[in-house]
Amino acid sequence: MSLFAFMGALEAGLIFGLVAIGVFLSFRVLDFPDLTVDGSFPLGAAVAAVGILSGMNPFLATALAACAGFAAGYVTAQLHLRLNILHLLASILVMLALYSVNLRIMGRPNLPLLNSETVFTPVEALPLPHMYAMPLVLAFAIFAAKLLIDWFLSTEIGLALRAAGASPRMAAAQGIDRNHVLPLGLGLSNALVALAGALFAQAQGFADVTMGVGVIIIGLAAVIVGETILPARTMFLATLAAVAGSLAYRVTIAFALNLDAIGLRAQDLNLVTAVLVVAAIAAARSRGLPGRPKLKRRETTNA
Amino acid sequence: MLFQKLSLLAACALIVTGPALAGEANVKLSYIVDHPAIDAAREGMIAALAEGGYEEGKTMLLEVQSAQGSMTTQVQINEKFVGDAPDLILAISTPSAQTAMAATKDIPIVFAAVTDPLAAGLVDTYEKPGRNLTGSSDMTPIGKHMALIKRIVPGVKKIGVIYNGGEANSIAQVETVKEDAAKAGLEVVEATAAQSSAVIDAARSLVGKVDAIYVPTDSTVVSAIEAVVRIGQDADLPIIAADTSSVERGAIAALGFDYFDIGHAAGEEAVAILKGADPATLPVRFVDKLDLYVNPTSAEKMGVTLPDDLLAEATKVVK
Repeated sequence: MSLFAFMGALEAGLIFGLVAIGVFLSFRVLDFPDLTVDGSFPLGAAVAAVGILSGMNPFLATALAACAGFAAGYVTAQLHLRLNILHLLASILVMLALYSVNLRIMGRPNLPLLNSETVFTPVEALPLPHMYAMPLVLAFAIFAAKLLIDWFLSTEIGLALRAAGASPRMAAAQGIDRNHVLPLGLGLSNALVALAGALFAQAQGFADVTMGVGVIIIGLAAVIVGETILPARTMFLATLAAVAGSLAYRVTIAFALNLDAIGLRAQDLNLVTAVLVVAAIAAARSRGLPGRPKLKRRETTNA
Repeated sequence: MLFQKLSLLAACALIVTGPALAGEANVKLSYIVDHPAIDAAREGMIAALAEGGYEEGKTMLLEVQSAQGSMTTQVQINEKFVGDAPDLILAISTPSAQTAMAATKDIPIVFAAVTDPLAAGLVDTYEKPGRNLTGSSDMTPIGKHMALIKRIVPGVKKIGVIYNGGEANSIAQVETVKEDAAKAGLEVVEATAAQSSAVIDAARSLVGKVDAIYVPTDSTVVSAIEAVVRIGQDADLPIIAADTSSVERGAIAALGFDYFDIGHAAGEEAVAILKGADPATLPVRFVDKLDLYVNPTSAEKMGVTLPDDLLAEATKVVK
C-alpha cells in the first residue's frame, strides 16, 4: 500500500466516520433500523452541489445539505409514528423517494463541481501537500462534529433520546414522548449522513445520483468493526469507535486492493474485503476483547 | 490461524507488488461495476493496446480493479493507482473517470464509455480536452435513430418512448430524444415502466396515441422487449430499438454500436499517449462505426415494408 493510497483511505474513512456516527445514532442509540441513509447521502451531495453551482457560499451550501438530510430523517420518523408504518419500510420508502428527489434537485444524474469553490478550497492554501492536508483538516472537522454529538447526547433532550431508544416503556414512564424525540434523533442522524455526502461530493469534485448505493452497509460495518476494536462504555468512546471503525474499514479496502499479486482478481474485491473484516474481528476476539458492549439493555416484552 | 495465514498472504502481496520492470508500460485500469457493456469496452481497450505493441504480461504491466458498484471504493482504487505512479490510468464509466481526475492532475487518464464527457466536466472541448484526460464516448446517436424511424415509417408524426423513470441514464436519454425528435419534426409521447413486468402495460398505453415506438437503451425495457414486440404486432405499431440485440428479438430495426469498439477507440488513444502524445490535444472519440440491423419479417407483422435501399445498407438482416 502506497502512502498516497493510505492517506486516501484515511480521507474517505474520516468522511464516512460521519455516516458511522449517524448510523450509530439510529441503529444503536435509537434502536431504529434506518435505511434512509442510502438516500440522504446523495441528497447531501445533490443539495451542496446545486447550491455551490448556483453561486452560494460553499459552507452555507454544506449546512443546507445537512438541513435537507435532517428533513429526510424527520419524514421517515413521521411515517413510522403517524401512519404506523413499520420502521424498516418507512425508511425504505423515503430512500426510494429520495432517488427521484435527488434527480429533481440536480436536474441530471451527474453534476461536476470542477473549478468551483468548495469548503476544501481554503485547504489548498495550507503549506502542506494536499494528500496530508485533507485528512488533517477532515480529522479536526470530524472530531469537532463528534464532540458536538457527544455534548448533545448529554443534554436533557439527548438523554431523553437515549432513554427512548434504550427502553421506550421506561422512557414513557419518565414522561418522555417518543413521538417527539424520534424525529429529532433520526433527523440528526440523517443530517450527519447528508453532511458526509456533501463533503464527499466536494472532495471528489462531483455529485452522482448513484452515490448512495451501499452507504448503509458501509456505515453498519464501520459501527460493528468499531465496537469490536474499541469496546466502549461511554458515549465519548462509542462515537469515537464508530469513526475508528470507519477508518479501519477503509484501510482494509486499501489493503484488499493490493491482493491482485497473489492471483486474486478485480471481481474478488468485495469477498476479500469481507474476509479481511471477519479476520480483524476474529483477531480482536482472540485477544480476549469482549464483543459488542452492553451500552444499553434491550426492553423485554414480558417484563 | 486463518488470520495469520491471511496476513502472511497479504504481506506477500505487498512485497510482490513492486514497481514495473524497465521497458514495460505500467498501466492501471478500473471500472465502477461488473456489467457486460463494461466488460466489452475493457476487452476492446486491451485489444487496441495489444495491437499498438502493449501486450498484457509481456510489454505491459496491467492492473485491473473493479469498484463493485461502490463510489467510495472507486475513489480508493484511483488513489491506490496514483500512489503506484503508473504511466497511464484507464477508467471505464463516468464516476471512474471523475474520481481518477480528482486523484491526479499529472498522470494521463484515458476514459471509455463516458456518455457526455463535456457535461461530466472531464474535458474543456471535444476537440481539445485541455487536461490530462481524453477518451471515448458512448453517446447514443439518437438524431440518427430519429432519421431511421422517419425512413421506416413514412408519415410518422408521433413516436412513443418507453423507459424506466427511475433510471438516471434513461431520463438523460429521453431528454435527448425529445430534443432530437423536435428537430426531426416528431412529437414524443412518454410511457414509463418501473419493472420489466410493467413494460407491457406501458407499451399498451401508447396504442392509439403514436405512429411508432422507440425503445432506448434502457435495461428494464430491453429486458422485456418481447412484450413491446407483442403489442407492436397486435396493434400494427412499428417498434424501432436503439440496441441491435433487440432486432434479433423482434424489433424492426436498430442502429447500434458495440462496446468493444468504444473501448477500442479509447485503447487507440491510450497507445498514442504511451508513445508520447499529449492527452490535452487528443480529441475525444465518438462512435463512428454503426451497425444497422433490420428484421423484415417483424416489419411485415407490424404493418410496414422496409425500403430496399435500407435492406441494402443493413449490416445484418435478421430472418
